Amino acid sequence: MLTVSMTVNGKEVTKTVDPRTLLVTFLREHLNLTGTHVGCDTSQCGACVVHVNGQSAKACTMLAAQVEGADVTTIEGVAKNGDLHPMQAAFKEHHGLQCGYCTPGMVMSALDLLKHNPDPSDEEVRHWLEGNICRCTGYQNIVKAIQSAAQEMRS
Amino acid sequence: MPDTGIGASVKRKEDYRFLTGKGHYTDDINKAGQVYACFLRSPVAHAKVTSINAEEARKADGVVAVFTGQDMADDGVGSLPCGWVVTDRHGDPHKAPPHYPLVRDKVRYVGDQVAMVIAESLSQAREAADMIEVDYEELDPVIDMKSAENAELIHEEAPGNLCFDWELGDKSAVDEAFSKADRVAQLDLVNNRLIPNAMEPRAAIGEYDSGTDSYTVYSTSQNPHLLRLILCAFVLNLPETKVRVVAPDVGGGFGSKIFAYAEETACTWAARKVGRPVKWTAERAESFLTDAHGRDHITHVELALDAGGKFLGLKVDTKANLGAYLSSFSTCVPTYLYATLLAGQYTTPAIHCNVKGMFTNTAPVDAYRGAGRPEATYVVERIVEVAARELDMDPAELRRKNFIQPDQFPYQTPVALNYDTGDYEPTLDKALQMIDYTSFSQRRAESERNGKLRGIGFSAYIEACGLAPSAVVGSLGAGVGLWESAQVRFNATGTVSVFTGSHSHGQGHETTFSQLVADKLGIPYENVEIVHGDTGQIPMGMGTYGSRSLAVGGSAISKACDKVIEKGRKIAAHLMEASPEDVEFKDGHFTVSGTDKSKAMAEIAFTAYVPHNYPEGVEPGLDETAFYDPLNFTYPAGVHIAEVEIDPDTGMTEIKDWVAVDDFGRILNPMIVEGQVHGGIAQGVGQALYENCVYDSDSGQLITGSYMDYCMPRADNFPTFRVGMTTSECTHNPLGVKGCGEAGAIAAPAALMNAITDALDQEIDMPASPEKVWRIAQAKIKQAAE
Repeated sequence: MLTVSMTVNGKEVTKTVDPRTLLVTFLREHLNLTGTHVGCDTSQCGACVVHVNGQSAKACTMLAAQVEGADVTTIEGVAKNGDLHPMQAAFKEHHGLQCGYCTPGMVMSALDLLKHNPDPSDEEVRHWLEGNICRCTGYQNIVKAIQSAAQEMRS
Repeated sequence: MPDTGIGASVKRKEDYRFLTGKGHYTDDINKAGQVYACFLRSPVAHAKVTSINAEEARKADGVVAVFTGQDMADDGVGSLPCGWVVTDRHGDPHKAPPHYPLVRDKVRYVGDQVAMVIAESLSQAREAADMIEVDYEELDPVIDMKSAENAELIHEEAPGNLCFDWELGDKSAVDEAFSKADRVAQLDLVNNRLIPNAMEPRAAIGEYDSGTDSYTVYSTSQNPHLLRLILCAFVLNLPETKVRVVAPDVGGGFGSKIFAYAEETACTWAARKVGRPVKWTAERAESFLTDAHGRDHITHVELALDAGGKFLGLKVDTKANLGAYLSSFSTCVPTYLYATLLAGQYTTPAIHCNVKGMFTNTAPVDAYRGAGRPEATYVVERIVEVAARELDMDPAELRRKNFIQPDQFPYQTPVALNYDTGDYEPTLDKALQMIDYTSFSQRRAESERNGKLRGIGFSAYIEACGLAPSAVVGSLGAGVGLWESAQVRFNATGTVSVFTGSHSHGQGHETTFSQLVADKLGIPYENVEIVHGDTGQIPMGMGTYGSRSLAVGGSAISKACDKVIEKGRKIAAHLMEASPEDVEFKDGHFTVSGTDKSKAMAEIAFTAYVPHNYPEGVEPGLDETAFYDPLNFTYPAGVHIAEVEIDPDTGMTEIKDWVAVDDFGRILNPMIVEGQVHGGIAQGVGQALYENCVYDSDSGQLITGSYMDYCMPRADNFPTFRVGMTTSECTHNPLGVKGCGEAGAIAAPAALMNAITDALDQEIDMPASPEKVWRIAQAKIKQAAE
């Protein structure tokens, strides 16, 4: 067993875990943060995207031990005091989600995109989402939501 | 229009929890003391199981139990049933071999359940599963449908690996039509096999309470009551009073979560055996192997026409792959949900279809978004396009010439359905206008100047939705009724709880149904809650599939609201000292005609629960249940037009434009409807360009068993779809609605393949991968140079 410590959504946590524990398992099963989802076993669907030290990362492809000491943000840490972040609000406004399963990963990934590129073209948004699969929306309203949030966040 | 009423694009109620990570999907649920199940799956496609040695596994760390098919047999566990009996053309029922949750003698596809290991942790369960020794006596796998009839037998009960040889339509009328034809267009088609891939993998938790001798099953189901019915009445032999099925938030279904599968059955059964909650969540690899797949037809079609282009007859021969076992509704998909749609939007007077349902050593095949109707549309719309090319007619005009006309409704097709309403020309015209069809030749010339091949493709689809009139489907072999239920309960303070048998797994029922109830009862939208997915709370319901939720489930809600209003009228009449006949209900208020007397709905609800001043003979409470059995199917229809540009140097197909004009009848929430259309088109485009399930024809191994091998459409594969609407309201349900969930997936493949074959001037099967397209384009270039 191994002791790991990190900051998750602003709170310091320390847990003793099996060294094989993936970050996504750590979040879901040890911290009960079940907003981060698992949709595949090959690191492709992006349902598990979180931020590690401000960068998007697939939590299914990292060990909890690898993020020792890091600052982790999950979907549960995005809204503040119950108010949706502009990105979350834009997904709602533009119907960028249906079943909701890929949504946390989409939101986390989109937030990282805007850090790198605050004013992306539609093509750049679509290309960035290469690592996030949605089966419900046809992506159209996700792109619309991200563009709307980008505009809001720039202003 | 109130901004939350019918017709408004109300933002969804369910979004807040999904956007903040507070959805409750099955895998998010953990029960005190739970143990984890892992299934040992067959590594071979077809073999006799001669021995299973689990001694070592049983002794491994953390292992609670190992179960095999024999354990289930000893306990009297039954077979997973197929709920629809198809009678073949000789009058015999389809061959229905048993499908046990854990195999008893043979494995019949890669992924078949051989044993179940239950341990304290998932990793311990997995490790122990690896310790089980199974001896397989391998048999030749049967993978190719074309040669299946003469291959090794998969089930003793099904000679020739034939499940049914079924037909619909008047063969002699068709033969006569063909004998008089000036032209016959013909085509061989493959409707490629797909893997549904809802983003949430299937999952289940079985829980047993020895104190009450009852079970709770949490499952990723589109229809919890149907799952309960199958578990209780067919497989585990339990009274329904002892089983509660909860389908909480479900992350997409597309048909694949309609069915009762081995895993949730085994978890439920095992929970009692081990006395602890048993949890299983599929890995994506297991989803690929064992979720019911979709489509997989090979078809020969012939269309007879007169010299002017009128359709005279249609002849269709199809082989449909059913996989290794019959999934819950697998037999009706390539029969009654397929051949009945072969009239399309046209007046073709004679149609005959023969379907052979084949067993193969592949995963079971069942309903996947559209279920039979995309296959029918693909046959009709591809052959119509081929006919237009052979006659050198404009494909839009050939369609127009054969459309059923508005004055012909209700229209009885030669393949059993009776279309209640439709108006196809305005839909075509709107689509032509949106895509600017008249200037297509200029765009094509422009592409040509740039060294690209441009094509345009049409798909004038129809679907039968709102499944379905119970007596009709019963006469065709369905084992269930396809009505829906609703309970509308006013609470004393004026809020309303609605319990619906429909199940939302992305469709936004909590929003749309709230709009409906708020509108009917004249109360604030915020005051309505929608409860679904729990057999412990809702009335017996049939769930969500076949674009039925609003047309059938919504109609049940509407009926229950009507009952609430009728009871409220009596209470209001009493309070206002009027006769009920003189009391009108409008905008949430009961009024007495010709007076200024008025009572708000909420006040009536309060009175119903605090009945101090109350009419004689009226029961307290305001809580009404209704069941709605549709009178007919609904018939959404529309025209999609795709425009593509192909780069002959790379074989890449770029979708340059897409217009979808759909007639869904009355629309409650346009935003949600458009979202359904986008998603449906994306799945249809996926089928036509990217997705393809492939089994190795020798070994029966699934070659496309991960997201690295099965091409899921990504965001940069799509253009912006342009969606338009026309409206002819359904004539036989109280809401005038038709359903919109499957239309995109039904329409899209034919539109896209018509565009690609137009650009290439040659036939090509789905998926039109860059390699296939490149080979054709290069051969053409070479041919032209010679």
